[in-house]
Amino acid sequence: MKAFTYERAASIAQAASASAVPGARIIAGGTNLLDLMKLQVETPTRLIDINRLALDVIEDTPEGGLRIGATVRNSDLAADPRVRRRYGVLSRALLAGASAQLRNKATTGGNLLQRTRCYYFYDVTKPCNKRSPGSGCAAMEGFNRIHAVLGASSQCIATNPSDMAVAFRVLDANVETAGADGRSRSIPIAEFHRLPGATPSVETDLRAGEMITAVTLPPPPPGVQIYRKVRDRASYAFALVSVAAVVDTSGGRIRSARFAFGGLAPKPWRIGTSEEVLANAAASASSFNAAANIVLRGARGYGGNDFKIPLARRTLSAVLAQATRA
Amino acid sequence: MEMDTPAGRNALDAAARGWVGKPLDRVDGRPKVTGRAIYAYETMQGPATAYGYVVEASIGKGSIVSIDAQAAERAPGVVLVLTHLNAPAQGQGNHHEAHPVLTGPEVAYYGQPVAFVVAETFEEARAAAYLVRVRYDRAPGRYALRANLDRARAPRVASADSAVGDFDAGYAASPVRLDEIYTTPLQSHAMMEPHATLASWDGDQLTLHTSNQMLNQGRQAVARTLQVPVEKVRLVSPYIGGGFGAKLWVNADAILAAIAARQLSRPVKTALTRQQVFHVTTHRSDTIQRIRLGADQEGRLQAIGHDSYSGNLPSEPTFEAAAMQTRTLYAGANRLTRHRVAPLDIPVASSMRAPGEAVGLLALEIAMDELAEKLDLDPIELRLRNEPREDPERHVPYSSRHLVACLQEGSRRFGWAARSPRPGQVRDGRQLVGMGVAAATRGNPLELSRASVRLGPDGVATVRMAMTDIGTGTYTILTQIAADMLGLSPDHVRMEIGDTAFPQASGSGGSFGAASSGSALFDACDRLRAKLAAAAGVDPGAARFADGRLEAGGQSRALVDLVGASGVEADGEIRPGETLKAFSQQSYGAHFAEVGVDVDTGEVRLRRMLGVFTAGRILNAKTARSQAIGGMVFGIGAALEEGLTLDPRFGFYVNHDLAEYHVPVHADVPEIDAIFLPELDDAANPLKSKGIGELGICGAGAALANAIYNACGARIRDYPITLDKLLGALPTQS
Ligand SMILES: Cc1cc2nc3c(=O)[nH]c(=O)nc-3n(C[C@H](O)[C@H](O)[C@H](O)COP(=O)(O)OP(=O)(O)OC[C@H]3O[C@@H](n4cnc5c(N)ncnc54)[C@H](O)[C@@H]3O)c2cc1C
Ligand code: SF4
Repeated sequence: MKAFTYERAASIAQAASASAVPGARIIAGGTNLLDLMKLQVETPTRLIDINRLALDVIEDTPEGGLRIGATVRNSDLAADPRVRRRYGVLSRALLAGASAQLRNKATTGGNLLQRTRCYYFYDVTKPCNKRSPGSGCAAMEGFNRIHAVLGASSQCIATNPSDMAVAFRVLDANVETAGADGRSRSIPIAEFHRLPGATPSVETDLRAGEMITAVTLPPPPPGVQIYRKVRDRASYAFALVSVAAVVDTSGGRIRSARFAFGGLAPKPWRIGTSEEVLANAAASASSFNAAANIVLRGARGYGGNDFKIPLARRTLSAVLAQATRA
Repeated sequence: MEMDTPAGRNALDAAARGWVGKPLDRVDGRPKVTGRAIYAYETMQGPATAYGYVVEASIGKGSIVSIDAQAAERAPGVVLVLTHLNAPAQGQGNHHEAHPVLTGPEVAYYGQPVAFVVAETFEEARAAAYLVRVRYDRAPGRYALRANLDRARAPRVASADSAVGDFDAGYAASPVRLDEIYTTPLQSHAMMEPHATLASWDGDQLTLHTSNQMLNQGRQAVARTLQVPVEKVRLVSPYIGGGFGAKLWVNADAILAAIAARQLSRPVKTALTRQQVFHVTTHRSDTIQRIRLGADQEGRLQAIGHDSYSGNLPSEPTFEAAAMQTRTLYAGANRLTRHRVAPLDIPVASSMRAPGEAVGLLALEIAMDELAEKLDLDPIELRLRNEPREDPERHVPYSSRHLVACLQEGSRRFGWAARSPRPGQVRDGRQLVGMGVAAATRGNPLELSRASVRLGPDGVATVRMAMTDIGTGTYTILTQIAADMLGLSPDHVRMEIGDTAFPQASGSGGSFGAASSGSALFDACDRLRAKLAAAAGVDPGAARFADGRLEAGGQSRALVDLVGASGVEADGEIRPGETLKAFSQQSYGAHFAEVGVDVDTGEVRLRRMLGVFTAGRILNAKTARSQAIGGMVFGIGAALEEGLTLDPRFGFYVNHDLAEYHVPVHADVPEIDAIFLPELDDAANPLKSKGIGELGICGAGAALANAIYNACGARIRDYPITLDKLLGALPTQS
C-alpha cells in the first residue's frame, strides 16, 4: 500500500471536513478499505479514523424505531435484543454476512459503503470502469458468475454485496449524514445507492466530505420477517441471491408483503408494484410467481450469471411460501 | 536397510509400552499454540534484513518490451530492483524442482515474476512494486485445456499408457456399457501459510529459512539454479503451515531472495501475498477424463478404459496422472489407460494432494455408480464383484488389500441399507436427501531416508534428520517410534528435524513421509540397540528395552549407565527395494456421504460422512484420524466448491483469493468420522505402515457426487457441483 497519514477525528464536524480534502478517506472497521489499499485499488493519502466518535450506540427513537450509530459493529447490532426481537430480518442478514471475525470489526457505515466484490475491480491490471473510468468493463464478457442481472448498465454490471443493506431496504431505513458544511441530512435507503449508468464509480448519494453518522429504522412493519441467503457454501460466502422479506398473513391471505433482493443488482432491489400484487392475494404459487414476474421483468444475464434469474424466482417463492406457512 | 523382503516380526511388534499407535497429542502442539514454533517468515536475522516483493507478469504470453524501474528505485526505502536486465545467469538443471527467475524478456505464463523489489520494509517494497512500469508485447496464448485438446500429446514417460488384453474387443463384446466424460477444474492448494523465505549468505554459504516440504531435493535444486556447490546450501524448515504439494519444490520466493541477498550482502526476507500464491506458484491441472466400462450381466467388468487429459507449460515434464489408480483398483481382463497432456501457456501445473488419484477417482467412482445403476446392482455389490485377487495389470500380489472390509464395515456403520436405490425418494423438510459411496485408494511409495539417533548421558535420545512436518504429525510419530524402539518415554525423545544439516530424508510428499522417515529412524534405533546391548555384553536379539532400561538374561541395566559421558550414536537408513516390485502396494478405504439438496435453490450441504480405511499399522490414532478427516474435507471442497476460473482472454485465474476461491469452512463440515481397520503390511516397510496423508481425499468427492444423484436425480459429471448445475433438475415448486 502507499504511504498515508493517519489521524483520529476529534468530532463529527472535524471528521467530515477532514474527509472533504481530496485523497482523504474515513476508516471505520477497515475490513474493506485496507484490503483495497493493499491492492492499490484505493490509494488514500490520509486516513481519518472515526472509531472514537462515540457513534457506536443504538438508541430507541421517539417514533418507536431505532437509531443505529455509524460505528456500531455488525456483531453488536445483530446481537442487540431490540434488533433480535423486532427486526429479526436485520439480525439474520448481518449474521449471514462475512465471518465472525469480520463482523466484529465491520461497522454499520462501512458495511453500507463496502465496494463490490467484482474480481476485476480488485485487480488493477484489468480494465474496470468503476475503478478506472473509461477503461472498459472486464466482467461484461468475462467471468461474471456473481454479477448483476438487474439495474446494470453497459458500463458496469457489478453487484452491491451487502447483506445488511438488503434488510435495511425492506425496513425502509434512513441514512443520516453530516456534511463538511455542518449540515446533516437524512437519505432514504432507496435513494442512497446509485445505479451505475454512465458513472459506475459514483456509488452513493454521498457528497464530498459527507459522512454517515447513523442509520434510523422506523417501527417494524407487521408480519413475519425472513432473510434467506443463497450461497456457494454454508458460511463465509457472498450472496448469489438473497431475499429479505416481511410478510403479514391472515387466514391464507397475504395482508401486506415487502421484499427486497440482494445479489442481483448494484443496490438492494425492491419494486413496489411487485409487492402490491401480493397485497390481499392468496398465499399461492401463482401469486408468488406474479410478484416474481414483476421484479424480474427486464432481468438479463451475461453468461456466467444467467442462473441467477431462475434462482431468484425460486428463492422468492420459497421465502413467500415459508412466510405464509408460518 | 533395503526393503527387499517382508519385514517379519521385529522390535516394533515387541515394543514394551506400545507408544506407536496411541493417540498421543502432538508434541509440537504446545509450541505452535504458544507462538514458540518459528515459521520461515517469522525467523529474525537482525536489523540488516531487507524485504522483497514480487512483481508478477500481468500478461499470459508474450515478452517484455521495456521495463522502467526508476521510479521504484527512487521510492522510499528501496535498495534493489531486480529484473531480467540485472539478474544473474542461473542454471536450468532438473528444472521442475526449481525454476530460474528473471531469465529474459519472455513471459511464459501469467504471474511469472518479472521484477523483485527489495526495500527496508515489506510495505515499502510492496508500494514500490506498483511503480515498476513494464511494457509488454502480447502474444496469443493458449490457455484453456478444452480448446487445446487437439494438441495434447503423450507425456515423455514410459508409464503414461498401459494396456492389458484387448480393450476394444472386450468393450464391444460387453452387454452393459458406459462411456462418459468427466471433468475436474483447476485447483489451488490453498494451504494456510503462503510461501515465504529468509535468505542469508555467510561468505559463500547460503542459508534459506524457507517453507518447503522436501529439503534435500530443494537443496539440490537451489544449488543447481544458483550454480553453487550443494554443500554450500542449507535449507531450514522446522515448521510449515501446510503445503499439500505447493511446497514440494523450490518456488520463486526462495530463488529471488537468495539472489537479492547475495547482491546486497544482507539478509532478504520475502513472502508471497495470498493473491500471488495462485499464479506465482503451482496448481493442479484441470482434467478431462473419458471412462469406458464394459460389464457382463452380473456386473463383472470385461473392459476398463480411462483416458485422461491435463495441461501444463510445454517446458514442464509432469502431467496429472488421473488414470493411474484405474490400473489396480478393479478386476477385468481388458484394460486401457492413457494420459495426454496439452501444452498451455498457464502457470506451472504440479502435484497437489494425491496427484492422480484425487481427481481420477472423482471420475472413476462416479462411473462405477452409473454402471451399478445400469446393472440394477447396489454400488457396493458392484465393487465386491470386481475385487481382484492380484494386481490386474502387473500380475503380482497385493501387499495387503482390504477394500472389501472397508466397504462392508462402512456400510454397516453408516446405515447404507436404508438408502433408497431410486433417486429423489427421500425428503427431510426442504431438503432432498441422498447417500453415496466411493472407494479410496492411494499408492504407497517408499523413499530413501536416513536418520541419526544419539542417546545422551541425561537419558534423552536426540533424533536428527532433514525430515519435515507440514502439520501432519511427523514430529509426534517419530517421537513414538523412537520411544518404543529405545524403551523411553516420549518426553525423553527430542526431535530435531527440518534442516539439511541433518541426515538426508524423504521430506513430506506423496504419502511417503511417515513410512520413509520412520523406517530410517527404526533402523537407526535398531542399530543403537545393538550398540547398547554390546555395551552391556548381551545378545541384542535377547535384549528388551523398557522404561529407560535394558533387560536381558536376568540382568537389568539403566541405559544411562551404558552410554558413557558422551553418549552413544547410531545412523540408520531405509532404501526402497524388491518389495515394491514384488507386491502391488496401496492403501484402501471407502467413503460414505449423505447430502441434502435444497429443493428450492439447489444448495448442496453435506449432512454426514464416514470414511473407513486400511493403511497398515497406524502410528498415531489421533494424527491419523486428523489426516483422514482433513482429506475428506478436501473431498467436500472438490465435490462442491473448489475451482480456479480461468479467464482465457488474459490467461489468469479470476478468483485468485480466498474470498472467491472457495474451500470448505466449518459450517460446511458437519458430523464426519474416519476409522482405520486393523492391518499390518510387512512388505511395505519395517513399520508395516502405509501412507495416510492423501488417502482421505481419494474418492471422497465422488461419494458426495453420487449422493447428490441419489438425492435429486441429477448426474453431474463436471466438478465442482455448484447449485447452478442442479437448478434445472429440481422439482417445480408448488
Ligand atoms: C472475506 C470477506 C467476506 C465478506 N463477506 C460478506 C458477506 O457475506 N456479506 C456482507 O454483507 N459483507 C461481507 N463482507 C464485507 C464486510 O461486511 C465489509 O468489509 C464491512 O462491512 C465493511 O465495514 P468496515 O467498517 O470495516 O468498513 P471500512 O473498510 O472501514 O470502510 C469501507 C468504506 O466505507 C467508508 N466509511 C466507513 N465508515 C464511514 C462513515 N461513517 N461515513 C463515511 N464513510 C465511511 C470508508 O471510507 C471506506 O470507503 C466480507 C468481507 C470480507 C473481507
Ligand atoms: S462489472 Fe463494474 S466493477 Fe466489475 S469490471 Fe465491470 S466496471 Fe469494473
